Amino acid sequence: MSAAGPGGPPEAGPPAGPGHEGSPAPVLDLDRLSLSFGGLRALSELDLGVGEREIVSLIGPNGAGKSTVFNVITGVYQPSAGDVRFAGRSIAGLAPHRIARLGIGRTFQSLRLFLNMSVLENVMAATYGNTKAMPWESVLRLPRARREEREVRALAEDVLSFFGQRLAGYRWDQPAYSLSYANRRRLEIARALATSPRLLLLDEPAAGMNPAETHEVTELISRLRDERGISILVIEHDMHVVGSCSDRVVALDHGVKIAEGGFDQVAAHPAVVEAYLGRDPDALSDAG
Amino acid sequence: MSLDSPPPAGPQVGSDEWVARQAHRREYLPSWLGSLERASERAGWWPKLAAAAAAAAVLPLLGLGQFQLQVGIDALVIALLAVGLNIVVGWAGLLDLGYVAFFGFGAYGYALVSSGQIGANGIHLPSYLSIALVMVAAAGLGLVVGWPSRRLIGDYLAIITLFFGEAFVEFTNNVAPRTLGGPNGIVSVDPIRLFGYTFTSNQSYYYLLVVVLVVTMGVLRLLDTSRTGRAWRAVREDPLAAASMTIPVNRVKLMAFAFGAAVAALAGTIFAVQQVSVFPTDFDTPILILVYAGLILGGAGSIAGACTGALVVMVIYDGLLRSPTESGYLFYGLILLTLLAKLRPWRRLALVLAATVALGYAVHAIAAAISDSAVAGGPHSTGWIASALRDWVVVPANATVAGNWGFVVLVCLLIALVQVSSPWRAILLPPTLYLASFVWETRLATEAAITRQLMIGAILIVMMNARPQGLLGSRRVEALT
Repeated sequence: MSAAGPGGPPEAGPPAGPGHEGSPAPVLDLDRLSLSFGGLRALSELDLGVGEREIVSLIGPNGAGKSTVFNVITGVYQPSAGDVRFAGRSIAGLAPHRIARLGIGRTFQSLRLFLNMSVLENVMAATYGNTKAMPWESVLRLPRARREEREVRALAEDVLSFFGQRLAGYRWDQPAYSLSYANRRRLEIARALATSPRLLLLDEPAAGMNPAETHEVTELISRLRDERGISILVIEHDMHVVGSCSDRVVALDHGVKIAEGGFDQVAAHPAVVEAYLGRDPDALSDAG
Repeated sequence: MSLDSPPPAGPQVGSDEWVARQAHRREYLPSWLGSLERASERAGWWPKLAAAAAAAAVLPLLGLGQFQLQVGIDALVIALLAVGLNIVVGWAGLLDLGYVAFFGFGAYGYALVSSGQIGANGIHLPSYLSIALVMVAAAGLGLVVGWPSRRLIGDYLAIITLFFGEAFVEFTNNVAPRTLGGPNGIVSVDPIRLFGYTFTSNQSYYYLLVVVLVVTMGVLRLLDTSRTGRAWRAVREDPLAAASMTIPVNRVKLMAFAFGAAVAALAGTIFAVQQVSVFPTDFDTPILILVYAGLILGGAGSIAGACTGALVVMVIYDGLLRSPTESGYLFYGLILLTLLAKLRPWRRLALVLAATVALGYAVHAIAAAISDSAVAGGPHSTGWIASALRDWVVVPANATVAGNWGFVVLVCLLIALVQVSSPWRAILLPPTLYLASFVWETRLATEAAITRQLMIGAILIVMMNARPQGLLGSRRVEALT
């Protein structure tokens, strides 16, 4: 299967990213990215761009390599070939904490909160890379440590208040393990926001949520872009979420981009339908 | 917990807020203990620390003998070690089994730079300088040990650090005997002299240790609530997530190693000075086990817990279990307390106790009727316990062999006891209790060195069942992935 989708010409040169909606400068740019585990090609020559203040959805059946894309972007895996550029500089091969400090925040598909820390601490811990106080400054409560602690606290309260009543004040001192599943997902997003990201990678933010909560997630994603100016790359299986918030949709199967474009365009694309549902049996019998 | 903005409908069954509140409530102890716990939660950390320090300062004025004072000093040293170990194990979640080597490094380091050991006249650095030097060097050593093991987790790290700990003992035993003294160690270490005051008496070292421990606990408390402390705990909870949240995992781990090593070295310097000498055997596995026992008993992850646990373990281990009388109180007291707490209904409890007493007198009468030598020995306990048990527990003239067999049978009976179901358990209990007393009076009370380790193990097992998070630790959950 060729990597060419109908959305954009893959070999288009420097602005390999979005070919739609006025072509803003790409924040994230994957350039012919490949990743192999031994003989298994998890990703092949993937081109993907996310523009400034753009929401891009990554869809595809289970095992298509969506989470792998996130892991390569955030430095958990090193790409076998190709390049990852963030805000114009190559970040392939950097350690995860450095990439996070440059401004890429992420959440995890299987929740990975700091369960035995309080809600507030979960969020405050994510500011480590953006603060500088040395241990002795913290112990002696020197001015820089005190100032940073104040700022970090304010930032934490700010990102938690983004979720309104859901993560309201009385929960801040409770351990993260006491939160419900949906609230844990929200806290993961809050924690990622505390790294002050320019680009947010959301891995199935609506997984396991009921319809009302799913709707809330959809609104949340749009608000993140509109109120905070964050670019977002989101993996999601729920097509209501994908359809209602994404500017652009990229479909992946077996590590290969099979379609790219607007939601309606991609959802109706024969390669996408085939990846999700298999080949139409009538078409098969016709062919045979 | 603040309730500034309660949800409009109030708590509802099944909503996660209700669940969270209930979970929080369940963790308090019942009745007045619970209200005490809540009151101490409301008070900040430093009034509690100050109160504990004041209590520790008053203690020697109540007329402690030299032996009790020495127990106190040893307990404080182990408490300081446990508080340092808490950084590595409790916060950063690194299972460091070579921790005692840093303690030994501190002791040897101080003994080398503040004694007549090196050169014709020796090196006699001022105390503040040598203590600072040794702490910095230990932190450096912590980095050196941590660097190659920074990617190791769990069992791998444990085994590597265990090797390091053993290597340290071998090193001090065998390398450079002229400098390190081999098995004879280094003797005549300079006393600590600070601000023109020379610490000589045991009492002065007791107070020095109290001050050092309190300051260390305060410093660590401030560190715990800072960005560094949060990073340590985040790395313990989930290294991958921590890295994705801008935390440099390896550097944070190395920092924990270095801080733990510095605290251990500080404890080592005072330990070396207080006993005026250092020997390789002072830094072997038994100390490691005591420090870990204290940390686990008190609750890993809690500073107050680490300190309290270590003090409790050491006072029991070093203070009470050395004398047969006091260890007897502890032994019988623990058994009675366990029965009182666990055996229900009351009828069954009374029945088991009565049956045990009756069984004892019956066995004693039968044994005495068969042969005089079977009851010729007396109980090894002293004081009123001995007189109470004289006609109850059978102690033969030559008790060693019988006691050893009794111990084996006792272990079998204990295993059987936890395997069988309820009615059988009540039937099995009186002979088990009687046998326990028999083994204690014939063997255990005489072998204090072994018995006290068994007792510490038993206390840990009881604790593990009753309160897995330790005395002052908070309940932790493991991520199920």
